[in-house]
Amino acid sequence: MKKFLVILSVFCVILGIGCSRKPKDINIGGIFPITGGSATFGKSSKEGMQIAVDEFNERGGISIGSKKVLINPIYDDTAGQPEQAANSARKLIDQNRVVAIVGAVMSKNSLAIAPICQSKGVVMISPASTNPEVTKKGDYIFRVCFLDSFQGIVMARYAYNDLKLAKAAVLYDNANDYNKGLAQFFEEEYKRLGGEIVASEAFTDEEKTVDFKAQLTTIKAAKPEFLYLPNYYAASALIMKQARELGLDVPAGGGDGWDSPKLVEIGGKAVEGGAFSNHFSKDDPSPEVQGFVKKYRDKYGKDPDALASLAYDAAHVLISAIEKARSLKGSDIRDALKATQLKGTTGNISFDQDRNPIKSAVILQIKDGRQQYITTVNP
Amino acid sequence: MEYLIQQLINGIQLGTVYALIALGYTMVYGIVRLINFAHADIFMVGVYTALFTATAYQTPFLLVIIISMSVCAVLGVVIEKLAYRPLRHKPKLSALITALGVSLFLENFCALPFVFGPDYRSFPELIPFKKYVIWERFTITNIFLINLLVVSVLLSGLFYLVHYTMIGRKMRAVAYDKVTASLMGIDVDRTISFTFLVGTALAGASGILYGMTYTSIQSPYMGIWPGWKAFIAAVIGGIGNLPGAVVGAYLMGISEVYANAFNSDLGFGIAFAILIVVLIFKPTGLLGKKPHEKV
Repeated sequence: MKKFLVILSVFCVILGIGCSRKPKDINIGGIFPITGGSATFGKSSKEGMQIAVDEFNERGGISIGSKKVLINPIYDDTAGQPEQAANSARKLIDQNRVVAIVGAVMSKNSLAIAPICQSKGVVMISPASTNPEVTKKGDYIFRVCFLDSFQGIVMARYAYNDLKLAKAAVLYDNANDYNKGLAQFFEEEYKRLGGEIVASEAFTDEEKTVDFKAQLTTIKAAKPEFLYLPNYYAASALIMKQARELGLDVPAGGGDGWDSPKLVEIGGKAVEGGAFSNHFSKDDPSPEVQGFVKKYRDKYGKDPDALASLAYDAAHVLISAIEKARSLKGSDIRDALKATQLKGTTGNISFDQDRNPIKSAVILQIKDGRQQYITTVNP
Repeated sequence: MEYLIQQLINGIQLGTVYALIALGYTMVYGIVRLINFAHADIFMVGVYTALFTATAYQTPFLLVIIISMSVCAVLGVVIEKLAYRPLRHKPKLSALITALGVSLFLENFCALPFVFGPDYRSFPELIPFKKYVIWERFTITNIFLINLLVVSVLLSGLFYLVHYTMIGRKMRAVAYDKVTASLMGIDVDRTISFTFLVGTALAGASGILYGMTYTSIQSPYMGIWPGWKAFIAAVIGGIGNLPGAVVGAYLMGISEVYANAFNSDLGFGIAFAILIVVLIFKPTGLLGKKPHEKV
């Protein structure tokens, strides 16, 4: 009898705890490369997303049904690896029961997790994956950044029209969909404008390759006037360094993968004058950007980069949609997202029928080791 | 022609980097008959040690080398004592798996945020960078010349050590037959410790040169790929054979560069293709000898 009472009381306590936890917080996943070669992207994304979450929680959360709930972000690390990203997505959906996922950052990782989210009916919104294939995986997959096609086109126009250079060479990582996509669209647009691609060289996986001299010697022999390097910051910096070593001193350009202070740290003088397309400039005077920059500085003591602002926008758009849907059902969140009209830190965000945003790009240039705003390019 | 020669220079540069690491692999294998997979990770510790000593205290170049090599040597001896020695009389496979374990441990331990952290870092210019243009056509750097010099000094130094000194004679005796060597009054444990000391100090030296060559450190996982390529180079040349490691490394470096020049999508895989071809026709590697039959 005594035993029974003990069991009963334990049972009641457990039940009691269960009851007192209502209303339950909702979990939102964040899948980013927090370690590995692109760790600065992952950390910035996590910080940016956290600011958006804090904004909603400080207001007392969002209304679901008749109750207010708080947002509980759960971050998981991909280490830049697609297999790990896929595991993260399964874990967040099956174990943590997230209602939606912000991520992944790199296109190859987003391509790995998109089919999983789609098949489980969980909305995924990628902050920074620019490969066109990502949102083609299904109608639950969104993104807040522009596409590789747009970035490639922007840089091709910049090199051909603004810099007036008619011969370009491309060197890209053939193990990454992002790099391949940018390279392909740059080449297509550059040729369409009347330019000539004198060399198109590849290397395998920037996490594994540090010696680019063979390809650069081939490129140098083709005598280009412009070097397009649609790779992430570390590889791009190393390539420019080795290019200068070999006496290949032509202007270089890249995509948003260049946006990291490490580019200058690793590349030093070799990256001076390099120009790249990006999503956001912290010098943009709009109130959305300045408000975000201030909050970010207060919390982390540094300036946000594009990855932070994209993750902020992604989380902001997503949570607003959940609030508007007043539901945690994947299909309701999806429908609310499709109707989004929001001014974010990276421009106006609304989605076309392929769930890609319609927005502009900026071009930044490295001058004296700092990023300088050059121009804004509209689609 | 000019283009092919510049590519040859690039290939020799890459081969020199592989040779620096391959020498340590092959040296330890030649004596202890253990593939020390942790070699590439001790090499990584060497790079980081050099980075920290050079940036934190403005240490002069020579001292950076000494500190970095000593740290690696101590680490190597400790690893040998803790991980490999207890397994010396167990089957070969146990030691091999342990070596893999040590390698994974070092990588993941060093990647922890409070150890080295997982970020990219830039490696300081320990000596001012210089570029030489020969006949206004071919570029080489002073770092490459240093690497080349170090490889030749190390190769001849190690060769002398193993073949013409007392400790070298002990090492060869231990390699040939541990039991008989100890009957002849050789302290087997000390000889093996010494072998690890030399092998891992080499890893430290190659780490500094690697850092100077590429001026960036990817992460504590940076040792993996140079390590694999160097290991393959050592196997191609005949593992355990010092000149063989250098021959293998140059073969790999030069063919990798030419493969990249021919079609840059192919370059990365060429090492493995060469390995397979060499092993089919010469299973003991290019300069390797048939293993002794022990009766």
